[in-house]
Amino acid sequence: MTDNNLQAAVSAGVMSAEDEHRALLQSIVEVARSIFSAKASSIFLHDEDTDELVFEAVAGEGSENLIGERFPSSTGVAGWVLVTRQPLVIEDLASDPRFARETAEVTGYVPRAMMSVPLLHEERALGVLNVLDRAQDVQFSLGHMELLGLFANQAAIALDLLQRARHARSVLAGSGGDAAVIARIASALEGLDEEQREPVLRLLAALDDVLHADMSF
Amino acid sequence: MARNEPDPQVDENLPAWSLPAAASENIGVTVEWPERVTREWAWGGSAGAGVQVCILDSGVEPDHPLVGALDGAVALTKQEDGEIVVEDDVEGDLCGHGTGCAGIVRSLAPECRLFSVRVLGAGFKGSGAILLEGLKWAIAQGFDVVNMSLSTTKRQFAGLLHELADSAYFKRTVLVASAHNMPVESYPWRFSSVISVGSHEEDDPQTFYYNPAPPVEFFARGVNVPLAWLGGETIAATGNSFATPHMSGICALILAKHPELTPFQLKSVLYLTASNVGGRE
Repeated sequence: MTDNNLQAAVSAGVMSAEDEHRALLQSIVEVARSIFSAKASSIFLHDEDTDELVFEAVAGEGSENLIGERFPSSTGVAGWVLVTRQPLVIEDLASDPRFARETAEVTGYVPRAMMSVPLLHEERALGVLNVLDRAQDVQFSLGHMELLGLFANQAAIALDLLQRARHARSVLAGSGGDAAVIARIASALEGLDEEQREPVLRLLAALDDVLHADMSF
Repeated sequence: MARNEPDPQVDENLPAWSLPAAASENIGVTVEWPERVTREWAWGGSAGAGVQVCILDSGVEPDHPLVGALDGAVALTKQEDGEIVVEDDVEGDLCGHGTGCAGIVRSLAPECRLFSVRVLGAGFKGSGAILLEGLKWAIAQGFDVVNMSLSTTKRQFAGLLHELADSAYFKRTVLVASAHNMPVESYPWRFSSVISVGSHEEDDPQTFYYNPAPPVEFFARGVNVPLAWLGGETIAATGNSFATPHMSGICALILAKHPELTPFQLKSVLYLTASNVGGRE
């Protein structure tokens, strides 16, 4: 396999993964909205490099034009859910003009009530899942909160995969000649017999561990 | 004897790690326990007077009608060189979380002394390190109760947080921490030296349950809680974040009436007065 072919193949795989994971996120907000008979549901992702929340997906009321919009990571309800790592449900919001303005700015919709839960995966807080204006005919219970938590776990796994795919793509796009080194290593590895290959794979696995060590703090 | 001051008699006459026969008379426990510990004995007539409660959170809005005056407020921030500094807080609350928690403590213990230590709000990045420093600072101040409606999922902080939680426990600073209702590992609520709190669905702010199947040890009011909100407003909110200050408030009531209680004894009183133990009279 030539260097260009390797890069093209990996890029295609990553692109495909991005599309699939976007669809998965969309599916999660659709189902979350449906389960709670809510007016809307949305997901924010935390961008660790810029320390911002990014609007990733929305179902129902609200504007899809806001997808990709960025907000400070520790302000507003989504911010407090992210930094405290604690879910939050707020009712009767309409009476608070400050909240109404803030929420409208970040969701394109002014809710009366809001459920917000952090997306936690292993050690990381990846973002926030919101459910806006759930059906009011059933009184809110801790069972709803538990259900929201289960959805949040699913969304967190999807977000984690999405972030990994994005990271891989940006590494490939930005690597230039570096990708050629990766291609040469892959090519050389293919030429080795099983006995020779084993220690090289162990070395690469160790390198992989180092590269993926969490150094965000 | 004021809270957080070691009993001189005990300290002077006792070696740290053992109890000689001649010293056994000096180890008297000052709390006079009744035959049956009731809520009336534990906090009847108490308004939390003088007990110092620290809200380790996003700051507290000064003079909110449901919070009233603060006895002190500081903010921890990370400088460009990475150093974390403690300064007087001039900004108040950046997102509303701390104000909500402070209002709940005040509603239960109107005469307690409230302090705010802001560790949230300066951005998500680095918030674990700031939380750790903030807790260290709060313990060094000798607050009676520290309300922690927050947690970190970073394992790198678990060991240090555990040491701090134990140190607070022995220095008579009670840490009251929100449990997670999601299947994630987070800290410090999992440590046995803190009082960990989840939510129940009842409306009574003084109803709380002991959980015989920890790590969550107590359940307090956490659903549809009236909450102080920024700009002097009030909203209704749900979350373990708001169950936690209910327990902090009850701790303040008990400590105002029985300042000699150690965290171990306080936890025992909470157990004996829990709504599913001896608290329904």
